[in-house]
Amino acid sequence: MARWTPERWRKLRVKTGFSIYYVIFLLFIYGPMFAMFVLSFQGRRGGTSFPMRGVSLYWWNKLLEPSTVGDMQGAMGRSIILALMVMVITGLFATMLAMAFRKKFFFSNVLFYTILTGLMVPGVLLSLGMAILMRQLGISPAWYTSGLAVHVIWSLPFSYLVMMAVFNRFDSRLEEAARDMGADEWTVFKEITLPLITPGVVAAGLFGFTLSYDEFARMTLLSGAENTLPLDINASMTQRIRPTLFALGTASTLFSLLMISVFLGIYTILYRRSR
Amino acid sequence: MSKVDDIHHSGLIGSQPPPAHAAAQAKIAHTEEGFPTAWLITPATIWLILFLVIPLVSIIVFSFWENTPKGLEPAFSLDFYGEYFYTKGFFDPEADRFLLPSVFLRTLGSTIYFTLVTMVLCLIVGYPIAYFLAMQVQAFKWQLALFLLCMVPFWTSYLIRAVAWLPMLGRRGLINQALIGMGIVDKPVSFLFYSEFGYTLALVQIYVVLGIGPIFFSLAKIDKAILEAALDMGATPFQIFREIIGPMSLPGVAIGMIFIFVVIMGEFATAVVVYGGKTSTAGTVILNYYGIANYPFAAVNALMLMLAMVIGIVVILRIVDIRKEL
Repeated sequence: MARWTPERWRKLRVKTGFSIYYVIFLLFIYGPMFAMFVLSFQGRRGGTSFPMRGVSLYWWNKLLEPSTVGDMQGAMGRSIILALMVMVITGLFATMLAMAFRKKFFFSNVLFYTILTGLMVPGVLLSLGMAILMRQLGISPAWYTSGLAVHVIWSLPFSYLVMMAVFNRFDSRLEEAARDMGADEWTVFKEITLPLITPGVVAAGLFGFTLSYDEFARMTLLSGAENTLPLDINASMTQRIRPTLFALGTASTLFSLLMISVFLGIYTILYRRSR
Repeated sequence: MSKVDDIHHSGLIGSQPPPAHAAAQAKIAHTEEGFPTAWLITPATIWLILFLVIPLVSIIVFSFWENTPKGLEPAFSLDFYGEYFYTKGFFDPEADRFLLPSVFLRTLGSTIYFTLVTMVLCLIVGYPIAYFLAMQVQAFKWQLALFLLCMVPFWTSYLIRAVAWLPMLGRRGLINQALIGMGIVDKPVSFLFYSEFGYTLALVQIYVVLGIGPIFFSLAKIDKAILEAALDMGATPFQIFREIIGPMSLPGVAIGMIFIFVVIMGEFATAVVVYGGKTSTAGTVILNYYGIANYPFAAVNALMLMLAMVIGIVVILRIVDIRKEL
């Protein structure tokens, strides 16, 4: 047993202090959401703040009624479909781009910064530019056209960076070996490259999914006649805030969390297998 | 790819130098291996040009156009720029608006001010967390797990996270109840929600993670041996921080601050939710003018916001050199 020198005591105290701070920090970032979660089970006569007046599923049931706050289920469906489309396109683009960036090409720097611009440009600017442009061209916006376009711009940089990291650790000698044995490019990709990068592709795609599912700013002027879920939430906030909104917020948050755990789960499984 | 070259050419013990023609062939194969770059980048490049570059350029173009009853007319008009910068009475010493910046400049100014305050708060709140994760937690597994725990809320809707402050900060929220319960105040205070305080608090909660990530990564890269060497030579913890940890984490701080700066400058939804529409940010002004169909003026506002952001990023990059981090 090591002796309890003053130095060790000091280190322990510092560590304890930091740990306590970390826990307080977690309370800070999770606390409000947790309060919302509890209040969504507010009794029928209760309001948007504590104390609870009984416990009920009243507000959750209201969520399922079509008439209350717009077309909630429809909005959620559209958000999921859109997020799936974004996931596929982003995953594909990010993988292709990262593969291209393994070699230098003549405007690779320009392309790199253009991709990252999608992350830097505020959503409201992109939304505005697209909206005015489409209006001039006489094209009406819709969530599955203009909405899809800007959602991919938004999630591509994240997925691209994930794929770049994947290829950074990639051992090209495996591909080289396959080529030396006479495999053509498609076979190399299918048999060697793809199985090795699949965890990364899944991660990149699901990253795109969650980013798109929650995106609001880029959609504000571009969703056309039908709302996606974040727009619907925003619309219902301009009316009187009721616990229904908390139920919706909880449901949406739980769905996001579910997607993240699915993504972490798949990633861990595939990552283990690929080693 | 360089690893392959090493094996072939740098003469590992026992390996034969490859014959000349084989080397030449290897070189040919080298240039052709992998899918053609053009195929790989074309789809994404077209998408980026159509839906990112052209919309942004068109903001610049439209800011010079004229708004006529028939719609937008191509022109080179600086009228809307004048409207943005100039207020009546600006040069008139008699007027009460003498040398008072226009309402748009003031809105942009207050947006920048809020952004800077939030950035500093995020740094103060977030840095110790990043430090704790990188320096105090030993096992990589735990570092990752605790880091992900901080990251999770980032993947949920920020609108909902803004609304979630209502049960806490609202007039009948938990904090007011606690204050009344403890007898500190006898009427609920209203400065918590729908106020600068609530707005800043919500912004910090939502975006602090963007700062923690980069700082954590740059701290994690520091070689622990350097710290031990400094400790052995009798440096105090404060000296170690000032001389080693602080400077070496600066690139991460800069990247995190750029993220937060960019996101909050364009922020408008949180302002509406938590601030109750009592104030405007540069973002809400843009949307308002789009709403009343004054597109060129919305474009001018958007351009000025973009300009302020570019200047801000350049300033941050001037202070800290992040190139070695990329």
